[in-house]
Amino acid sequence: MTPRTLHRWRPTVVPESDSGAARVALPMAHPAAQGRREWLAFSRRLVRRRTALFGAVVVAVVLAVALAAPLVSPFDPLGQDLENRLRPPGWQDGAGYIHPLGTDHLGRDILARVIFGARPALLVGVAAVLISGVLGMIAGLLSGYFGGPVDDVLMRLADIQLAFPFILLAIAVIGVLGPSLLTIIAVIGVSSWVIYARVVRGAVLSIREREFIQAAQALGVRDWRVLVRHILPNAFTPWLVVATLDMARVIVIESALSFLGLGVQPPTPTWGGMLADGRVYLSTAWWLATFPGLAILVAVLGINLFGDGLRDTLDPRLKI
Amino acid sequence: MTTYLVRRLAQSLIVLLGVSFVVFFILHLTGDPAAVLLPPDASAEDLQRFRQAMGFNDPFFVQYGRFLRGALQGDFGQSIRHGEPAFGLVVERMPATFELSGAALVIALALAIPAGIVSAVRRNTTVDYVSTVVALLGQSLPTFWLGIMLILVFSVHWGWLPSSGRGRIEHLILPAITLGLFTTARIARLTRSGMLDVLSQDFIRTARAKGVGDPPVVWKHALKNAAIPIVTIVGIELGTLLGGSVITETIFAWPGVGRLSVQAIYNRDYPVVQAAVFLLASTFVLVNLVVDVLYTYLDPRIRLR
Repeated sequence: MTPRTLHRWRPTVVPESDSGAARVALPMAHPAAQGRREWLAFSRRLVRRRTALFGAVVVAVVLAVALAAPLVSPFDPLGQDLENRLRPPGWQDGAGYIHPLGTDHLGRDILARVIFGARPALLVGVAAVLISGVLGMIAGLLSGYFGGPVDDVLMRLADIQLAFPFILLAIAVIGVLGPSLLTIIAVIGVSSWVIYARVVRGAVLSIREREFIQAAQALGVRDWRVLVRHILPNAFTPWLVVATLDMARVIVIESALSFLGLGVQPPTPTWGGMLADGRVYLSTAWWLATFPGLAILVAVLGINLFGDGLRDTLDPRLKI
Repeated sequence: MTTYLVRRLAQSLIVLLGVSFVVFFILHLTGDPAAVLLPPDASAEDLQRFRQAMGFNDPFFVQYGRFLRGALQGDFGQSIRHGEPAFGLVVERMPATFELSGAALVIALALAIPAGIVSAVRRNTTVDYVSTVVALLGQSLPTFWLGIMLILVFSVHWGWLPSSGRGRIEHLILPAITLGLFTTARIARLTRSGMLDVLSQDFIRTARAKGVGDPPVVWKHALKNAAIPIVTIVGIELGTLLGGSVITETIFAWPGVGRLSVQAIYNRDYPVVQAAVFLLASTFVLVNLVVDVLYTYLDPRIRLR
């Protein structure tokens, strides 16, 4: 006998949630209260991971700053002041702390532009992730549940999508359609569905075989209802983890597109656009290119830390 | 085995067909390819004549058939800017892009695999924490900013390395690090988690119980089993590298396909863009086909499926 089969003989501990009999015997809590309790327990576990908590705080701060930009910004991000162009950051400036992070080549305050630059980044991030997330969820559900030709077609489409160097395809399409906020969201949203589809499909494949699905099918519940009511909630966890981590990727792509001049157009401040401006003055004014990049790094790092924590708390075996 | 190969080959051909359709469709996104290709100030008569000459008045699928026949023969039309065949222009730049992506991949593998292994073996020690933090930073740093900062420090401030161009090995260092860092971080994290998985398995415990020392357990028993996901990710990461070369080449003025395509998009030189997208995507499909075939040698179970 191989060690592997021996291993299987160990008595398995039934997780609490599966012991249905015990649950029926006890007085049931109100479903809403129970949901709240589970949610509380989950947040407590998440908060206990210090890196995840740190990531969540960073994301919350970035989000708050983006929402309250007009209130927290010290200057108008578009206000030019040609007499004070290329002022160094406050601690290097003889004139004192008027512009904490200095000014750019048109005398615009860098801190104000970094603050306002969070807006397009987060807007594109959230909107594109929602589009690709929904598309990928639908594709993954159909692919995993129906299998066969549906699965074959969708997975070939996924292969085709993956074959393209993403940035190159995005700039080619945006080059044809012309850069605008909507185009960028649409292009990133439509072409990022594959990872969601794959992860959801994997989850569906394992859920599909469970008894409660077979029971629902045996009772004559329609396919779409089985999918939406019984399978979707169970495939949501991996989806959420992917969506969080993908947000980081989308923010980097948005900045990259702005950097190449194919993002949200000037004078609207974008982190990528500021970097592109700063590149020209690299040898004389280092602060132009440094701070918007740091802003991207902080936002993306925060999201990554939070996403990693979310994955480890919800499903440590998830390989993303 | 033969069935697997044939099926895998057929899949690749279908993917390439899909790629060709998307590349063809890019020009038709606005509904009027003539307006995309001609300068904005072209007159209505010019547009009409151009449409007639290019066959844009034909039915959509007739046009696609013509495009596909051309693409199979390496004919994507003339570059509008350079007046040469677009395909030739792109092929000429391919070696530079391969050189950069290859160097980035070598750097990534050379750093990531040892880092991942050490991290897994010395789990929860300072070495592990440092390597985990560095990997996380590497995944969060935007490529273009890293490139600019490297130029700021190593070219502008210290003047040690050139900030642009191609030729000597010095030219390759900064772009390859810039392009490779994200991949390094990804492979390091994957190696670490793969090794942790394998190291906790029964056969490793058995080997240890039999008195096999640490180095052979790690290098012979564990790494071989952790290698399979690493090989997959290398195939996929090559796509990231080829795509990422667009940004890196732009920053370092590296004369590769990425920079050519960005310039072509600015110049509305779409035949070149189409040829570049098609060639890079085909390269990716081919590499992944090779990876999948290699795979069957690493993991015989795949052949049996």
